[in-house]
Formats: sequence, C-alpha cells, structure tokens
Amino acid sequence: MAINGTLNDLAMCGATPKYLSLALIIEEGLKFDALWKILVSISEIARENMVEVVTGDTKVVDRGKGDQLFINTSGIGELHAKACIGIGHIQAGDHILVSGQVATHGMAIMSVREGLEFETSLCSDTCYVGDITVRLINSFGHKIHFLRDPTRGGLATTLCEIASKSLLSVRLEEASIPVHPQARSACEMLGLDPLYVANEGVFVAVVAPEVSAEALEIIRSFKIGRDAAMVGMVTDEYPGKVVLRSGIGGKRILPMLPGEQLPRIC
Amino acid sequence: MKHLEEYRNADIAARYLDDIHKVVTRPWSIMEICGGQTHSLVRNGIIELLPQSINMVHGPGCPVCVTPVAIIDKAIHLSRMSRVVLCSFGDMLRVPGTRESLLSAKAAGADVRLVYSPLDVVQLAKKSPGSKFVFLAAGFETTAPANALALIQAEKLGLDNFYVLSAQVLVPPAMELLLSDADTQVDGFLAAGHVCAITGYMAYLPLARQHQVPIVITGFEVLDLLLGILHCVRQLEHGEAEVANQYARVVKPNGNSQAREWMARVFEVSDREWRGIGTIPQSGLEPSIKYRRFDANFAFAMANVPAETSHSCIAGQILKGMKKPGDCASFRKECTPLHPLGAPMVSSEGACAAYFNYAKISS
Repeated sequence: MAINGTLNDLAMCGATPKYLSLALIIEEGLKFDALWKILVSISEIARENMVEVVTGDTKVVDRGKGDQLFINTSGIGELHAKACIGIGHIQAGDHILVSGQVATHGMAIMSVREGLEFETSLCSDTCYVGDITVRLINSFGHKIHFLRDPTRGGLATTLCEIASKSLLSVRLEEASIPVHPQARSACEMLGLDPLYVANEGVFVAVVAPEVSAEALEIIRSFKIGRDAAMVGMVTDEYPGKVVLRSGIGGKRILPMLPGEQLPRIC
Repeated sequence: MKHLEEYRNADIAARYLDDIHKVVTRPWSIMEICGGQTHSLVRNGIIELLPQSINMVHGPGCPVCVTPVAIIDKAIHLSRMSRVVLCSFGDMLRVPGTRESLLSAKAAGADVRLVYSPLDVVQLAKKSPGSKFVFLAAGFETTAPANALALIQAEKLGLDNFYVLSAQVLVPPAMELLLSDADTQVDGFLAAGHVCAITGYMAYLPLARQHQVPIVITGFEVLDLLLGILHCVRQLEHGEAEVANQYARVVKPNGNSQAREWMARVFEVSDREWRGIGTIPQSGLEPSIKYRRFDANFAFAMANVPAETSHSCIAGQILKGMKKPGDCASFRKECTPLHPLGAPMVSSEGACAAYFNYAKISS
C-alpha cells in the first residue's frame, strides 16, 4: 500500500514513476520474517513498474515507541509530454468518471478491525493505476483535465475539493456510482456512507465530454477498471458545491465531513 | 442485501409519491419519531418531493441527542479515573458535555474506547480483571436488550469490574409528553420501526385513541417512509386515528418476547431527564436492585457537578418538533459538526446534523 500510494500519487499528476525513496522506522522486536516479507513485496512492485528505489533510511526505535513498522516513501516521476492535468483545467460540461467500485478498500479494512469482525469476501483493492492513466493521456492528451485517487475521505471528499477549488459545481448521480453489494451492505449495517469511505486502486478522472465514452471504454478494458462508470458531470449551476441526485430523484448537497465517520448507535 | 434495491425502487417511489399528492387536500404536520427516519428523509431528498402542504416535523428519537449533559459529564469524570476504561458507541464521543466531550478527554489521556456492542465490553472486562470497565449505555428500546444481555452475561461470568452508566430512554412516555404539550402541533406520527420490533405496538393503542392521532409504525427505507406517510395522510384525510403497521415485515404486535423478557429481568423503569426537554416521568431504564452492583452510579463516588448547556442552542425545541434546525441563529454559524453546541448537531441521527450534512439546494 505504501508503495502503490506513492506511485499512484505520481500517476495522478500525469507522471510515470521512476525513482523512490524508502524510509523505515522499525520498532525493536519486529520479526525479521515480517520485515523481509514487506521488503520482498516492495521490490516486486518496484520491479513490475520499472521503478528504482534509489535512496532511503532506517531507524530503529525502542520497543513500545512505535507501532511495529512505519514506512515512508516519496517518488520522482517523468511527466508525460501530453499531460496537462490540474484543477484549473476543469471546465463546466466535463464528465466525471470513476475507475472502479468505491468503498471496497475501507470496508475490507474495517471487516478485520478488532471488535468489528464481520464475514465478507471483500479484500483491499490496492494496486497501481498508472498503466490506465498513461493510456488515457496517450489517447486524449490535454482533454484529460484532472486525475485524483480518492483515498482518505472517499469519493465525496475528492469531489468536494474539486468543486470548492474550481468554483464550479459537481452534479452526481447516486444510482450510477459503482459500489460492491457487500461493501454497501456493510456500510448500511454500520451507518456509514460509502461515498466517504477510503479507496485504494480507484481513481477519478475529469475529462472533456467528447472523449468520455471512449475514455470509459479504455478504463473498462483493464481488469481493475472493469466496473468503471460515469458518475456525473461538472456544471456551473451551484459554484463550489457537489449536488447529489438520489435514486428517487431528490437532490441534496454533499458536504465535507468533519473527521472520520463514526458507526452509529442503532 | 436485496432490500437495498427493493425498498429504494425509484418507480414504486414515484407511484407512492403520486398517491400522496392525490390524497392530500389540506396542510398536515407529521412527526417521524426516530432520528434514523429523519436522516433517511433528508438524505434521499424525500421532503422536497412531498406536497408542500405536508410538513415533516422531526421528533426526539435520537438517543445521543437526548442524553443529558450531566451523564456525559459523569462519563468524562469516570474516564479520567485511574484504571477505569470508559466504553461507548462512536457517535456519543463527540457530544459536548459542560466543558468538553469524551473525544477531547481521550485526547487528553483518558482511557475512552469505541465499541460496537456492550457484549464486547463484557469480554474486555473478562480479559483485564485489573481494570474497571464502564459502558455508557445510551439508547432507546432498540439497544436496551443488548445492554440487558451484557449484564446477564457479566453476572453469569461473576465479573466485578463491569458497569453500565445508563442513559436508556423509552419512546411512549416521550410521545405522551409531546401530545399533551399545547405547543406541539403534530397531526400524526410515524412511530420508530426498530423500537417497535422490540416492544410491539400495543402501548401506542391508548395514545392514538386518547389523543385522536394516527400512529403508523414505519421503517427506514425510502419506500417504507413514503408508504408510512401515505397511510398517515389517508387516515388524517378520513378523520381516522388508528395504529397502523407499515413495517409488518419486521414488527409484530407484541414485539420480540425474548428481548422484552431480558429487559424486564434486568432493568426497572425510572424518571429520566431528556436533554433539552426536561424530566419525563417513567421514561428511563436503570439496572434493577438485583443488578445494582453493575450500576456505575452506585459503584463510583461521583460529585454532582452542575451541568450547563449552551444558551443559544435550541435543541429542546427542535427535539419537540417546535422548531427546525434552520430556525436556530447558531445553525451553520457557531454550531457545526466540528464545533457542535448541542447534541443534534453531533449524532448521525440528530436533526441538525441531517440538515447540515444533507442540505437542500435551496439552503
């Protein structure tokens, strides 16, 4: 997750990751096997994506002074020649695509949290999404206006950021947002809104309307993008606001949430 | 979970809405009792799809909202004691007490833990005999059976380090109070489906008869709410005042007999203060004499610190359905989910939080 997170951050800027730094803060007593397993998985992901880990650091802290292991990475990538990505490029009329089902990662993590274990076949969908974004930029260049991976705070928070920073409005169709039925059920059970649950391996693309159908097809041609969907569009109706149309046609504004969502009483 | 699709079907919803528009001929005020229903109404944009002559009034059915400040203060006080662990459901943590919330007490070093069931606290207590575990038991009849079961288990295990701080409340006495209050103008009720799943609805029959109001036991999904409103409006238009059960797939006339037996075994009914409303006679549940050793109020010495609430907060009037969140001068200004002045802004079931989070376009 740590590596994919950094690689995806680069991909969201329109860059191909090249170099990584890797810093480890290890709590005294961490099993060597566990550390080795993590290092092997890091090297596998780096090799798969032709990224070199070029620098790093290791610190060991006393037992009880760290939660086993902290991994910190940062990366440098090469910007795609055709990339022209930024919130300032978003225009009214743009379409909003989501590359996969939202809330799967957050609910998979929650299902194994102590005291809350529930049965599910959901597993975290963490993965590198840069192969898809490079294809999109290759195909449509500056018509891909904005990319973002909606990790902490979920899809809603990312869209709120888009609306507030672009001073445009986002019109979202609740019925078209892909959510795995199990993640949806788990959210219902705990009183959580899937739109605010964290994601990994999912990205939001804001694209010019004339390329959106084709872009969606490209995303869907990847295994990790098979559930991609167009979920809404950018308008200038309500500057700075995200407006959600519910399944039965009622409209409401999606707000930024203060802090984490907390499961409710009944 | 099939019901998510079934009970949110847009075509059927449109049909029910159409029926409601056809049936209604004059203004009616309908109160949904439960905060879960308030949220579903606002979240799905149902209110704006109803005829303008139907005024949905939001009721007091949010357990977090009606928990008095004094109990929050007590919980914070307990959490600061050495070797005491205060356990609570998540949405209780942000509720402001007189000076702070459980979340800020936790940040300052108190041992406050978020749990998902009172039975988890029993397990924690069993595992750590050196600490005392207090569960802040807020909730309506829906959560009381699980709390009762936790006490029964604690007794079976012979635990002497598990306690509850009870903030449990009962719905019918609150409805009685609202109906007797001349300031409350409610023509019909949607009763809380999940409360009735436990208690049944026999207690509502005399209320409907005596006060001549229709009471429709209603679920929480889009179609449940629309059908509940339709049943209620039909009765009002025909001058009827019956108890009707829209939520028959879950609610039986006598409720859940096992759950009621546990509640009766462990708890006794007591007078209870409701935040913003005042004391309602016979509206709370406390551990009965047999289970009193598990009652945190008896097990710990606690000074009675005078509790204070914000003067500008109108939570009481909102909980009684006399005002709506938008009528409050502090709403969205000094009072936000990040800096709540009153509990309805905190809980996921509070009316103010519903209006804040799921604002209509016009606001």
